[in-house]
Amino acid sequence: MVEKEIEEKVYKSIIKTIKDTPLEEFYTSGHRTCQGCESALVMRFLAKAAGQRTIVIGATGCMYVANTTYYSTSWIVPWVHTQLGGSGAAALGTAAALRALMRKGKIKQEPINVIAFCGDLGCADMGLSGVSNAMTYDYNLLIVLYDNESSANTDIQETSMTPYGAQTSFSRPGKQRRIMKKRWKKSVVPMIIAGHRNIRYAATMTPAYPLDSINKIRKALAIGGPTFIHSLDPCPKGWDYDPRFSHELGVLAAETGLWPLYEYIDGEIVYNEPTKSIVEGRMKRKPVKEYLEKQGRFSHFTEEDIEHVQRMVDEMYDEWEIPGVMPIKSLNVKISDK
Amino acid sequence: MTEVKKLVEKEVLMNGTQAVAHAAMYADVDVVAAYPIRPYTEVMDTISKLIADGELDAEFIVAEGEHGQFETVKHASLAGARTLVGSSGVGWLYGMEAIVVTATDRAPVVAIIGNRALDDPGAYGVEHNDALMVRDVGWLLVWVDTAQEAFDTTLIAYRVAEDQRVLLPLGISMDGGFLTHSEQIVRLPPKELVKNFLPPYNRGKYLVHPDNPITVAPQVNEDWVMEIRRQHEEAMERARGVIVEAYEEFKKVFGRYPGSTNELQMPENPFVEPYMIDDAEVVLIGMGTVSKPMKVAIKNMRRQGYKVGMLRIRWFRPFPTQDVIKYLANSRVVCVVDRDYSMGSPNRGGVVYHEIRSSLYDLDQRPRVINFIGGLGGREITIQDVEKITKIGYEHRDTPITKPVYWVGVRGDPW
Repeated sequence: MVEKEIEEKVYKSIIKTIKDTPLEEFYTSGHRTCQGCESALVMRFLAKAAGQRTIVIGATGCMYVANTTYYSTSWIVPWVHTQLGGSGAAALGTAAALRALMRKGKIKQEPINVIAFCGDLGCADMGLSGVSNAMTYDYNLLIVLYDNESSANTDIQETSMTPYGAQTSFSRPGKQRRIMKKRWKKSVVPMIIAGHRNIRYAATMTPAYPLDSINKIRKALAIGGPTFIHSLDPCPKGWDYDPRFSHELGVLAAETGLWPLYEYIDGEIVYNEPTKSIVEGRMKRKPVKEYLEKQGRFSHFTEEDIEHVQRMVDEMYDEWEIPGVMPIKSLNVKISDK
Repeated sequence: MTEVKKLVEKEVLMNGTQAVAHAAMYADVDVVAAYPIRPYTEVMDTISKLIADGELDAEFIVAEGEHGQFETVKHASLAGARTLVGSSGVGWLYGMEAIVVTATDRAPVVAIIGNRALDDPGAYGVEHNDALMVRDVGWLLVWVDTAQEAFDTTLIAYRVAEDQRVLLPLGISMDGGFLTHSEQIVRLPPKELVKNFLPPYNRGKYLVHPDNPITVAPQVNEDWVMEIRRQHEEAMERARGVIVEAYEEFKKVFGRYPGSTNELQMPENPFVEPYMIDDAEVVLIGMGTVSKPMKVAIKNMRRQGYKVGMLRIRWFRPFPTQDVIKYLANSRVVCVVDRDYSMGSPNRGGVVYHEIRSSLYDLDQRPRVINFIGGLGGREITIQDVEKITKIGYEHRDTPITKPVYWVGVRGDPW
């Protein structure tokens, strides 16, 4: 039943090649994001993937400040601002309003996509409880975490999504302490899928893989209910690299294994793109050094620091119960009768 | 009017929160967002039961906190849904970021504020400082006094807030405990008549829907925010006229004045409730249920020959400056009883006191204004307290005020 439903609803919505993507844009000119901004690409993909019958809600963050300056907007679909920690609640409110108004015959009955996006500060930190609450209801809504690993609109501050050791204005290397950010990046998607039973689709993505990204958004909307996507968005300003390498860094994040690409569909993990080859043993992970040395935010790293990151990534694939996804080691627990 | 007589009102015993919940049901709200904090919570308890019983068709969202609660209704309202929300005390403050932008986004959310002290040390009795936190950010604010007034004002609230000339959120304040939890007889009008009074919510060109692809609340800086604030302020000013219209229409449709249970005792001003004020030399001023001990004390004092009256402030935003002037211009002394406090303010007084003093400032012949801080944290303001307040006011009919602010009945602080 479930498989058949997915067969009919989801795989029909999948785009086979990049040539088959719709030409219409619903996120267009008028924004003033930085050169090489991958988050702007995420906005474009999500609007393109969702189409015209969509309401987009954007939390405070760089994608608010850069995209919707008063008297100019880059959104063709309706767009509403929500507060930094409000994405989950705002999506709930919108979806609830649509359901009530349609049921009561106050507006036309039709499927309308509700998508809320939030940055790492707004989603993974402050807004996490709201996102989690939204995931416990059965409304059709998609929450997209666009993660540039810092608070990019306030001049690059540390968040819980900032990777180990990266320089931000809250985590500058100094004379006494080289590594200020010792916390490891939070795993949001596993947290969402492990903690919310009714959620049927969640995924990680990076706009370096456009078709994969667009299809993930389409699948989320087709499966429906509360859904969640976490996108890693290289950010030239915050990560300190030449803007032309944005895509390259996205690809490297996946190929080094630092950013596993996978989706969770109805209780199953499916790996995508290079992560699929890595997990299936058909491809060797690239050393994390290749990814780290291309970014100014890691310029203070010594060989020791790089080794530490490499060890942590190795552990993700060699020791975790679900490689690269669940930070739980295999215990081989035997259930005893006694 | 003939139609009114045919459809009979129902008399039911209910408390203030239940009255509000029933009014929201009559108003056919679409989305309700709840999060518990006493004493407002029973509004949501009642609504949830009304939905479960099929009396009301609405989405009931239990939020993860007040911030989420107010964001939920804000966005539901922008998408065209009639909403109900509410909170008390520190819960109201926890949602404050979302509460403030609800006003700037011009979402006509109706919120019930079961007034409560701002917590530490753990206080949950009535105090008005919670609701007053939004006095400067563009919320309409009204204080109700009885369960009947709570019911009627809720219907009026949707009509005023959703009016295209206004489109502002509205907070209905009721005293925690004294009104939220005390049962009174409420006259419920025939449901059919509510449709005649309350038009459906129509956001017009501001509706968020794929058919109307607008961008709401884009980022502004110094180049536009002044104009936006000014428009907001003008909407607040227009609300005065809309409130008057709503009260008159209420009277026409339901055959009685909002808040009155008796056609013979119809108060005549929507913004304030005057009581024995025509010849009063001393006028007592308060908001909410403090009017009850005031009315009893006034009757007692009148019998003893004191010319004392009362003016209950009903609408706090927009502030009824002209009505205050009209009723107070001929009095000698005004005693403002504040169930709130403004720390470090001029004269170290309460919020209402400062508003009243400011309203009277331009008069050539100003009455003297004395402030009484009382009833904080839910402490009762007794009839004896009011009589003492009156006597202090009376002493200053001809003599200048020596002490502008008194704290009513504080231990170790003779007053």
